[in-house]
Amino acid sequence: MSIPPDVLLGEPLAADPTPDPPSGASGGASRAGALWFYARKLLAAVVSFFITLVIGFVLFQLMPADPVRALTQGRPTSAAQMQALRDSLGLDKPLWQRFASFVGDTLHGRLGFSWQFQEPVASLVGSHLWPTVLLMGVSTVISVSLGLWLGIRSGWRQGSVFDRISSGVSLTLWSVPTFWLGLLLLVAFSVGFGPIPSLFPADGMSDPSIAAAGWPHVVDVARHLVLPVATLVLGDYALYVSIMRSSLIDEMDSPYLLTARAKGLFDSDVRRKHAVPNALLPAVTVIFLQIGGIIGGAVTVETVYSWPGLGYLTYQALKVPDLPLLQGTFIIFSASVIIMNLAADVLYRFLDPRVRAQ
Amino acid sequence: MTAPTRGRTRAEEPAGEAAAPPRYAALRRFARGYLRRPSGIVGLVMLLAFAVAALVAPSFIHPHDLDVTRASGALMAPPTGAYPLGTDENGRSVLFLVIWGARASLFIGVVATLMTVFIGGTIGLVAGHYQGRVGALLMHVTDWFIVLPSLPLAIALSVVLGQGASSIIIAIAITSWTGTARLVRAQTLAVGARPFIERGRALGASDPQIMVRHVLPSVLPLILVSSILTIGSAILAEATLTFLGLGDPTTVSWGSMLNSAFAQGAVTVGAWWYLLTPGIAILLVVMGFTLTGRAIEHVLDPRMVDRA
Repeated sequence: MSIPPDVLLGEPLAADPTPDPPSGASGGASRAGALWFYARKLLAAVVSFFITLVIGFVLFQLMPADPVRALTQGRPTSAAQMQALRDSLGLDKPLWQRFASFVGDTLHGRLGFSWQFQEPVASLVGSHLWPTVLLMGVSTVISVSLGLWLGIRSGWRQGSVFDRISSGVSLTLWSVPTFWLGLLLLVAFSVGFGPIPSLFPADGMSDPSIAAAGWPHVVDVARHLVLPVATLVLGDYALYVSIMRSSLIDEMDSPYLLTARAKGLFDSDVRRKHAVPNALLPAVTVIFLQIGGIIGGAVTVETVYSWPGLGYLTYQALKVPDLPLLQGTFIIFSASVIIMNLAADVLYRFLDPRVRAQ
Repeated sequence: MTAPTRGRTRAEEPAGEAAAPPRYAALRRFARGYLRRPSGIVGLVMLLAFAVAALVAPSFIHPHDLDVTRASGALMAPPTGAYPLGTDENGRSVLFLVIWGARASLFIGVVATLMTVFIGGTIGLVAGHYQGRVGALLMHVTDWFIVLPSLPLAIALSVVLGQGASSIIIAIAITSWTGTARLVRAQTLAVGARPFIERGRALGASDPQIMVRHVLPSVLPLILVSSILTIGSAILAEATLTFLGLGDPTTVSWGSMLNSAFAQGAVTVGAWWYLLTPGIAILLVVMGFTLTGRAIEHVLDPRMVDRA
């Protein structure tokens, strides 16, 4: 389902029929304003990350009963050895010192040592990062495009048969857990069910018998990608439909659309060049704000398909439970959400001349 | 028809006794509006069916039916007369499991929602009422929590708190109160601008009095709608967390059924009855809550009809 790019990004700046155009702010003032804007957003992101660290510290350093006991579980350990371990972990130091060294370590990329893999958490996270970026990137691009396209069609003809069917399908898909859709797709298209043969591989990211280089590898990874991506798209696209649909409905009664129609423009031009660019602005922000909720899908879907990403790593960590590893993935997930939100703020300012003028 | 009746009651009767009849009239009007929405009725029927099944389950399901050591059916067998929805990996009836699972799933969903709404409602009400530093601080806290990725945080919380229903409830509440808080704050701000609040203040009502006696009743319908919709997402969150193995391993819930189906190879065997049943139960209940919540929303606020 290809979407003409101009429907999605129909010259938002040129065609923007802003009701009250920005008053001509002088160049110097607006540049200082932009700097101030970015500085404020950056500061907010830094504060958010600091709060994440506080929560991570409380969750993983303060609340667990005794890390030393967890570490030495099932092994004969003398009291002296336990004390030595406690000293090496710095558990007897005052709270603020522990927090300061925790923050310092995290900022230097020292995320601790995984109990089950016996490997630094940072290197584990590093090797599992790209599979997740690939999976979430591909599925988000597809579900956002699909969602915006369906949302524009539904919102423009609100209450039409198309809108009703689309809403019904969205409601149904919203009402089931995404991982369950994954299990069903796994049975139907990977294991093969009834007359359906096994169409796609679904164990991990690549077939170990195929050399990890060149064109065959790319095809192999793409084939492994199909089912997890399909699951995530089915689970998430409905959200984008509803965001875009209500954003477009908000614009429907605007006087500028009446003007556009009065000029004699075709209905499709009114929609594409006038309504959609304005409706996209709030939709983009809301979509970026949803990333924090969507990233959770990586955990369950990667688990179902044994996709070697951060989500599957989280699952392996919670099984043990491997607290340093869990803490590492929690911090990485939070940091990526904070970065996406910052990107949304910057993008919004870039897209909307009214925000720039303020 | 109803509006003039209400007006007459108010005008004719003394203020002290007038309180009851308009309230009943409003309730009747609400019920009539609700019954005009077929989707709302469908949702309510779905919910009632599951609620009744969950409540009367102990009368026809005996503990030994769910005891893995006493189960007598074939292992992971497709549906037959004695086992209409097949059996699980221990030879237990999937039909009995899914009915019994409704108890845990609904209970956790409802309790987690009560906690979510209590936290979110309190923070939203206070943030909306005290608009100075307190309100700003609370909204900052809310914004920080909105940014946090909810599932990784919920996983971290339930791992640290230990396995069990209570840690799942706490994890769901802590990761989902922000929506309610923002909604309640917005409504509190809207109500706070209305004259009867100023009147209360002029009569010397204290802040807590104004919040509880005047603002809260106006915010309650919104809280009701939001909590019915929240139960659906709480049930989904419960299913997700127990699917990952974070629940109480001895309790049967829809998520734990899917967890054992996945772990015991129902996927490779193609045991569709075992995989489909819990998922369809989740689908029906979550959809039931969504349809009911939306219908109530539409009846309470007809302006929303065009939007949802």
